[in-house]
Amino acid sequence: MAIDAATVRKVARLARIAEPEEKLEPLAKELSGIMNWIEQLSEVDTDGVEPMTTSVAMTLPMREDVVTEGGDPAKVLSNSPKTAKGFFIVPKVVE
Amino acid sequence: MSELTGLTLKAALDGLADKSFSSEEITKAHLGAIEAASALNAFVVNTPDQAIEMARASDARRAKGEAGPLDGAPLGIKDLFCTEGVESTAGSMILRGFKPTYESTVTSNLWRDGAVMLGKLNMDEFAMGSSNETSAWGPVVNPWRSNGSNADLTPGGSSGGSAAAVAAELCLGATATDTGGSIRQPAAFTGTVGIKPTYGRCSRWGIVAFASSLDQAGPMARTVEDAAILLKSMSGHDVKDSTSIDVEVPDFASFCGKSVKGLRIGVPKEYRVDGMPPEIDALWEQGIAWLKEAGCEIVEVSLPHTKYALPAYYIVAPAEASSNLARYDGMRYGLRVEGGNLTETYENTRAEGFGAEVKRRILIGTYVLSAGYYDAYYLKALKVRRRIADDFDQAWQKVDALLTPTAPSAAFALGEKSDDPVAMYLNDIFTVTVNLAGLPGMSVPAGLDAQGLPLGLQLIGRNLDEGTLFSLGSAIEKAADFRAKPKKWW
Repeated sequence: MAIDAATVRKVARLARIAEPEEKLEPLAKELSGIMNWIEQLSEVDTDGVEPMTTSVAMTLPMREDVVTEGGDPAKVLSNSPKTAKGFFIVPKVVE
Repeated sequence: MSELTGLTLKAALDGLADKSFSSEEITKAHLGAIEAASALNAFVVNTPDQAIEMARASDARRAKGEAGPLDGAPLGIKDLFCTEGVESTAGSMILRGFKPTYESTVTSNLWRDGAVMLGKLNMDEFAMGSSNETSAWGPVVNPWRSNGSNADLTPGGSSGGSAAAVAAELCLGATATDTGGSIRQPAAFTGTVGIKPTYGRCSRWGIVAFASSLDQAGPMARTVEDAAILLKSMSGHDVKDSTSIDVEVPDFASFCGKSVKGLRIGVPKEYRVDGMPPEIDALWEQGIAWLKEAGCEIVEVSLPHTKYALPAYYIVAPAEASSNLARYDGMRYGLRVEGGNLTETYENTRAEGFGAEVKRRILIGTYVLSAGYYDAYYLKALKVRRRIADDFDQAWQKVDALLTPTAPSAAFALGEKSDDPVAMYLNDIFTVTVNLAGLPGMSVPAGLDAQGLPLGLQLIGRNLDEGTLFSLGSAIEKAADFRAKPKKWW
């Protein structure tokens, strides 16, 4: 299945990656190449096969609903590009 | 003091135990070797002050009789592991300057057992690559060169820094991770031993996530026994990783040198692929002969869905990656590139912070998960994944372990495959099946090709049966008597 430039534009938008207009066509070609190679999966008969989401046969463990770690805002903020007064500074979200 | 860097981990631990030398001495010897090896680009962060401090603390512990199982042994850490206060970038520009405020469980376990950190090892960006060329900090160069050639070869990837550092004797051993072959393929390319344990054996907590259902940590070392010693320390249940398996960790080293007589070894016919160099085929035959001589029974088995493993992987892994890497939004840590509004800031940050291969995989992952394609691609791949796991289950009815080549070629030149993503992906053709099924797999150096480059054999085991792999691995190691070392040019 061929991926065209419009699809790349849409997917890049969904993935929040800015792709300049002139790169859409080459990317479409590249991704189509990969997807064409992946297409061989359609040869496999998977009727009635359960999808495999994990290789570990176990139920998700539960833990006590208590605070284990935390209470250190300075640590949480220490790698942030912008902070002020104990908060993350982010671009305006609501107009 | 170069003889100290040439020791195996086991010999170094013995030497430390009988006080032939101190941790400070062996650590300084390695720091010197690292400084002299900058041409390899194996280390991206050096932590000499911290290393000497840890070494002195180790010597003090030993003087008090409180030495742990790895006490005083200098190791390298793949930069995918978060290390407290030490820059951890996963080979990506988007994490430049990121200093975790916590320590990964695997590295915590190593420090608990007394190991010394020399620094952080280069890798493909977010562990996405098979040649180390996707690293934002430039590729690692393989210490091995073809006979009579000065061309730079890849050490493999994504754990190329770990592989090169171990092969060049810059550390006694290293941590690595393996999502589709990232421990085993570089091990094969550098004449080192690498094991990806059973999924869930090592905690993923504090390891930068790529594809969470496939990612698994493991060691790289110069001998099978060294890998066993390291894996024991790295392993163990961790409540911080919900897929961590709560079982006892065996003394893996005790399996080394154990008789393999009577073990049934499967040889999967589907691993004989077109275009495989005859030398690799010959090495495989040699490996079969070695195990036969050691008393194993060789059984031909079929893993009919093998050829679909890579295409299934290139749906599952990018899908998980696109979701995992959504966290790099420029808000809480890492790079931020401002735009006119919030969305633009996200888009600019990720456009500038991620390299081409990472973007490619995020786009594929986003595409296969997007409305209308989820069933056709993602769900289909998960069903094929089940088929692949079933193939192995069938094989375990007949055999105790499998023997295959590790990689379809020896180390190739840097730049040779970087223009063709699919050609690069095919490097993992023999290793990726194991990740999809969650099984343990080990690469052991088994010989040199006509150009003088190392080749590896892969052993695949049942779930949680790393022990048998260590027995078989040491049998191959003994039979191969692999002593070749890269000729020092750096």
